[in-house]
Amino acid sequence: MALRRPYLQPMKLLYFALFRARIGRGEEEIDPPAGIRTVGALVDWLAERGPGYRAALADPRLVKVAVNQEYVDRDHPVGPRDEVAFFPPVTGG
Amino acid sequence: MIRLQREDFDPGAEIAAMTAGRTDIGGLAAFVGLVREMAGERRIDAMTLEHYPGMTEKKLAEIEAEARRRWPLQASLVVHRYGRLEPGDRIVLVVTASAHREAALASCQFLIDWLKTEAPFWKLEEGPEGAGWVEARASDEDAKRRWR
Repeated sequence: MALRRPYLQPMKLLYFALFRARIGRGEEEIDPPAGIRTVGALVDWLAERGPGYRAALADPRLVKVAVNQEYVDRDHPVGPRDEVAFFPPVTGG
Repeated sequence: MIRLQREDFDPGAEIAAMTAGRTDIGGLAAFVGLVREMAGERRIDAMTLEHYPGMTEKKLAEIEAEARRRWPLQASLVVHRYGRLEPGDRIVLVVTASAHREAALASCQFLIDWLKTEAPFWKLEEGPEGAGWVEARASDEDAKRRWR
């Protein structure tokens, strides 16, 4: 049986607009701890990674999340290879 | 049809192309969104529209499909720009065409109301005091809710 090599199936995270500015990058690949299985758990874990993350993700009402380009709520599952995007409420048009 | 582009568009040319050779369209409605020079009391020198490539096209297509499910439309078009724009520049065009005016007018308003709250775009305004991200307005959510 092959060794578990989780870094071969990372999660792709995207940050837009104010969140990109606060976090200091537009995207990154991560391999979160095994217990992180929902959007809510991922947001809470990310918020502990530093002040920029915390500032962006502190207020749940102002955090929109899309998994594989579909809007989801905090209960939605996340896993390896998912594209998870975080952004503030949209202001187009 | 939906289009996402950096370049400007010509509303008249878009409407002419949409209706060329068609005799089944009885009326069309168009909405053009422009960059305003004022945001409340603040002067705006420029506005940069950022979007989520891939998801933006997908959401615009979904919103257009929803309009076509709700109203009998002969044609529809959404053009949305991204990148740096200045006051007076066009941002977005919505055109809907139907046999009768009611469907055209209602679906045009529906499309712009939904687009404002569903399509992943963000505006960065630049003014004399610096740059800042535009915050979403509760009134935009209210406008969308009308169509539930």
